[in-house]
Amino acid sequence: MNLSVFRQTLPILFGYLPLGTAFGVLFATQLDYAWWVAPLMGVVIYAGAGQILAVSLLAANAGLVEVFVAMFVLNARHLFYGLSLLGQFRGAGLRKLYLIFGLTDETYSLLTSRPRYQDRRHEQEIDFRITGFNQCYWVIGCALGALLGDNVVFDSTGIEYALVALFIVLTIEQLKALGDSVPMWIGAAAAGIAMLLLPPAHQLIGAIAIVTVALLVQYRRIRTSQAGKEARHV
Amino acid sequence: MSENGYLMAFIAVAAIATFATRVIPFLFFERHTDHPLVQHLGRYLPAAVMALLATVFLQRSANWSADLPGLDALIPGALVVILHLWQRNSLLSIAAGTASYMVIQQTGILGS
Repeated sequence: MNLSVFRQTLPILFGYLPLGTAFGVLFATQLDYAWWVAPLMGVVIYAGAGQILAVSLLAANAGLVEVFVAMFVLNARHLFYGLSLLGQFRGAGLRKLYLIFGLTDETYSLLTSRPRYQDRRHEQEIDFRITGFNQCYWVIGCALGALLGDNVVFDSTGIEYALVALFIVLTIEQLKALGDSVPMWIGAAAAGIAMLLLPPAHQLIGAIAIVTVALLVQYRRIRTSQAGKEARHV
Repeated sequence: MSENGYLMAFIAVAAIATFATRVIPFLFFERHTDHPLVQHLGRYLPAAVMALLATVFLQRSANWSADLPGLDALIPGALVVILHLWQRNSLLSIAAGTASYMVIQQTGILGS
């Protein structure tokens, strides 16, 4: 089972190692703290863009309230992820805390896209391992980057594209599982609008806000058309 | 506050803020799991979010000021789509797309 979990998380490995390393290098070159603070942040914060932002906040000696607001706003897209996993995580006990803690973009992608079977405890166990594997890759990347500085041996330029490829593959998988391409077009269009109107730092949350509004409108239309049909049948 | 005190407080605050964004839906919607609206969002949100993430990160990995704008990321992206529709082997699609992107970036053959 661990081998199949490992296989599922391989694209994350290729994405998280170089990105974590990039964070570590940035951390080591911009700040004067001990190297192990970088993997420590990977362990307790565990957010890619958030940690990169944290480097500039640390360098600027930002106030703690400011830190809270900035980190919350930057990660606000996570507010929507749990909605798809409420039922799946129910009854997972202590593990649930870690499953929620580890809900990054990439882990969310894997957990909502993989096939599931009846035995919920077993599925939660797999979710737990996927989350754990992913965080290990991230923490190792953070440590490597902070230790190596910029003496990277092999030219890994572009390897982080693994995450883009993963998102494309998962979009296709979602499309096949749903049998409905409307949500996909809503997502792509929302991304397009957000990229045209917003600065890069706010594009993801802006796009997810647009998607949510669009899905709410879709929900209302389905409801009213159902209500209309029922009314006609009466 | 000492320098290390500040660092530890900083990390704690950043960790709490990040965890808060992840735990809030579980705190506020746990009792409404069966509500049709939550079910609707739970069903359609992943597909929409995945398409959104793919679009945004694809755009960010491309060089739009090259002679052939964006092709350095769009060609590997198209390769991923075609391979995946054909073979439906996730690792193969991802590995081929990533390798082709790395070759394009490192050799600069598309003028990027």
